[in-house]
Amino acid sequence: MRRPRISWSTRSGRALVYQAAFLAILVLAGWALWRNTVHNLAARQIRSGFRFLDQRAGFDIGEGPVPYTPDATYLRAFAAGVANTLRVSLLGILLATPLGTLIGLGRLSRNLLVRALSAAWVEVLRNVPLVIQLFAWYLVLTELLPDPASPLALAPHAFLSKAGLQVPLPLWQAGGLVLERPEVGTFGVTGGLALTPEFLALLLGLVTATSASIAEIVRSGVLAISKGQTEAALALGLSRAKVVRRVVLPQALRVIVPPLTSQFLNLTKNSSLAVAIGYPDVVSIANTAINQNGQALECILIIMSVYLTINLVTAVAMGWYNRHVALVER
Amino acid sequence: MSEALSAAVREPPPPDGGAVAWLRRNLFSSVPSALATLLLVAGLAWLLPRALDWLALRAVFRPDYDACRALEHRAACWGFVAEKHRLVLFGRYPYSEQWRPLVATLLFVGALAASAHPRAWRRWLLAAWAPVLAAFFLLLRGGALGLSPVDPAEWGGLPLTVVLTAVVVAASIPVGVVLALGRRSAMPLVRGLTTLYIELVRGVPLITVLFVASFLFPLLLPQGLKLDALARVALAMTFFQAAYMAEVVRGGLQALSRGQGEAAEALGLSWWRIQRRVILPQALVLVIPAFVNSLLSTFLDTSLVTVVSIYDLTGALRLALGDPRWREFFLEGYLFVGTLYFACSLAMSRYSHWLERRLARWART
Amino acid sequence: MAHRSMRIAGLALLAAATLSPAAARAGKTLDAVRQRGEVICGVNTSAPGFSGADSQGKWTGLDVDVCRAVAAAVLKDASKVKFVPLNSQQRFAALQAGEIDILSRNTTWSLTRDASLGIVFTGIDYFDGQGFMVPKKLKIDSAKKLGGATVCVQAGTTSEKNVADFFQAHGLKYKSVVFDTAEAIQSAFFSGRCQAYTTDMSDLAGARTKTAKPDDYVILPEVISKEPLGPSVRRGDDEWFQIVRWTLFGLVEAEEAGLTQANVDKEKAESKDPVAQRLLGVTDDMGGLLGLDKEWLYRAIKQVGNYGESFERNLGPKSALGLPRGPNNLWSKGGLMYAPPVR
Repeated sequence: MRRPRISWSTRSGRALVYQAAFLAILVLAGWALWRNTVHNLAARQIRSGFRFLDQRAGFDIGEGPVPYTPDATYLRAFAAGVANTLRVSLLGILLATPLGTLIGLGRLSRNLLVRALSAAWVEVLRNVPLVIQLFAWYLVLTELLPDPASPLALAPHAFLSKAGLQVPLPLWQAGGLVLERPEVGTFGVTGGLALTPEFLALLLGLVTATSASIAEIVRSGVLAISKGQTEAALALGLSRAKVVRRVVLPQALRVIVPPLTSQFLNLTKNSSLAVAIGYPDVVSIANTAINQNGQALECILIIMSVYLTINLVTAVAMGWYNRHVALVER
Repeated sequence: MSEALSAAVREPPPPDGGAVAWLRRNLFSSVPSALATLLLVAGLAWLLPRALDWLALRAVFRPDYDACRALEHRAACWGFVAEKHRLVLFGRYPYSEQWRPLVATLLFVGALAASAHPRAWRRWLLAAWAPVLAAFFLLLRGGALGLSPVDPAEWGGLPLTVVLTAVVVAASIPVGVVLALGRRSAMPLVRGLTTLYIELVRGVPLITVLFVASFLFPLLLPQGLKLDALARVALAMTFFQAAYMAEVVRGGLQALSRGQGEAAEALGLSWWRIQRRVILPQALVLVIPAFVNSLLSTFLDTSLVTVVSIYDLTGALRLALGDPRWREFFLEGYLFVGTLYFACSLAMSRYSHWLERRLARWART
Repeated sequence: MAHRSMRIAGLALLAAATLSPAAARAGKTLDAVRQRGEVICGVNTSAPGFSGADSQGKWTGLDVDVCRAVAAAVLKDASKVKFVPLNSQQRFAALQAGEIDILSRNTTWSLTRDASLGIVFTGIDYFDGQGFMVPKKLKIDSAKKLGGATVCVQAGTTSEKNVADFFQAHGLKYKSVVFDTAEAIQSAFFSGRCQAYTTDMSDLAGARTKTAKPDDYVILPEVISKEPLGPSVRRGDDEWFQIVRWTLFGLVEAEEAGLTQANVDKEKAESKDPVAQRLLGVTDDMGGLLGLDKEWLYRAIKQVGNYGESFERNLGPKSALGLPRGPNNLWSKGGLMYAPPVR
């Protein structure tokens, strides 16, 4: 007697039935939710579809590298938001990594004071929510900096005021490379590159908070290297600084890079808190768009895909770096 | 021969103990170290007296607006905290009933402290938690035993943070376990879909998930069904946290040796029995410290709900700072709330380290 | 073995049953309100003159009074209202989701909002316009001189779009700083982060009362847009829509007919004016046509007062804001408040 192919008594047979049932439940639930959504959207007369991306946005975006006017389309508004997100994330990563490494090494220092202060930095910044740190930074910057009409001149053409840090901006124009200098006017400083207090508060908050996490990663990476390496290097007569730079850190990188990647991704995701302090990143733009045209589903899909793409690109890039830099053992 | 002997006998080495040696080892071991010590000591000598002065010595502790304004920020105005602490700690909860969230929070924290020691981890612990949770929600919600009903929309401050953290962590554990088991399943469809869910959710920021809760959940639910704002946020955060919990549980499952599962199969136990009786108990105990870390990060993440206007501790502080008279004392307010978060969070992370060391000892015996 | 697959099938059926939408039911807000015993009213977290709570949790304001009047008309008691403070992001979502019955939150009536958000406006309780407030020390006397300024504006409001249109129409550049809550904007403006604050004139007046030195700030004369503020309800429930709409019209009619909180009892007993008699339910039962009883408007006037009284109490010259009636006066006195007749 031939046994039937799909039988309850074989493991593969049961697996097939379970998966079919699981798929059926998922499809049923998905279809039910879809039906509810379509029904509710129709009842509330909310349009759907991505056609709104071609419409005029009608609102202004306070800063950013992408040229934008209120006449531009929603698509350009989102692009400006993405550019702002990338701007603060990349700069944040570039600043947080060296700071975090220094503090991580500081925690392993022989000097008691350096050790204690680094430990205090890490403990305080990791145990207070990031939102509170951002609000605090923002309020400090807007309350303590001077009025825009009478800014602090840090350098001949660099000004610091409540409107932010303004420095000369090199622009490519007809005659060649031209430096656009900030000028002081009735409303404060105009022209040049403006780093607004929102941007500065977000950057400072992200850099300090992420540096604390990176410090912990670096510390555990260095501790993972066997002590024999340090002792052998010292026995060879290398200075402590050389030991760290040439012997310990390169080996520690292997252990550090994977959790470091997830910290970079965390920093990028944390930049979405910009909506709380008024920095126009992509989440903030999506928030405005949802309130203006009610198309929540489409806007949320857009921000999720932006973050997933950034995630993917960063993971791939760091994966390449990991393979490139990882030491090959015997 | 005596010259050889005397040449061989050297001076005893300098004493290793004592204050001078300690200083030399810890603070002045090398030139850069000595420089750093001097700089830091100078910095601290300048900073500490001024900080102490600002924070305590010349500060105003009474809720006296005029005295605070007279300070002109040269010292801290803790009068802001004295005046507004009930708004910050309890949000918009009705003023006369605020003893209820206070008692509820103390009860919860007490029960948590009592369950913290591994000696208390018996079967009756879960059963003992049931009346505690019932009392907690009863005190907050009211509507029975002579307590006036208070709508969840009016809950706020520290009790709301505690509620959200507790509900999200408790609900995300079973979902996370199921996801982790699914990710390690032999069935390709189940494995693929759970991996997709976990990676998707871990790739987006929490704010997006909160937006989904406020804007999308009302669209997804059928017309007759309504969830209030707090329930929606708790549900969304549970789905979010479950993905991270799944990774934690997966770490535990991977750390367990394969022999356990294989031996159980050889004994003829069904898959569910194996998971329930053999694998999960061991794996979950392995990752308890990581659970506590998840609890800690959820506790800190609840501060984000202020973006969708739920007045947890952070939201209540912003509400208090909305009062134009006291607005300028924002630094004192943020120090107060920051210290609260810091204290709770530090306690949890210290506990996690202690637990880790203790469990490692236990596993070795 | 067999019963396990049956369990799975059973679970699937259960899931399908619970997730299927109920048939669309319109017109059931009134039933829900009556069953619940209170009206849930979405208001502003703090808009002086329109909706705000004091430290004991008592709500006052023009928008608050509209909701109270509806509660008095429907539930016979103006205190049976639950106020839900909402920020500008959450307000429409809350109404769409059914968390609130009325959105009375100094919200501007516009085509986009009426047609694409699933809500419908019931009327106008305040004719407003958008303006600018600047610190006096900048010595600016006209909005046309704001070229190059940094302007604080709230996210997701009509103000955001209007200010973009205004600057573009006049060929001026500006920088915007956008926040999610009114508290955050006011904090930024009064700390000096931005040089101009733009929102409805009534909001500007209210914000100015909240600073330590109101005289240091001046509201510029230009009104750059029309901002008719009014309550709104969910689309698809005509019965509730009519109740809220006609309660507001009724309060305006009451002022026209000279009925006040003080004299309404006397007028009910003695008045010979047919308009007043209809309003107070002495002759015709207007309330019955709306699904209410005939004393609906009598209760509203008695417990809340007519439109003029509400205005004087919350926004008028004797209140903290001190705004003139202006366009919010009755049509017979040169304003724009014109209610269709209750008959």
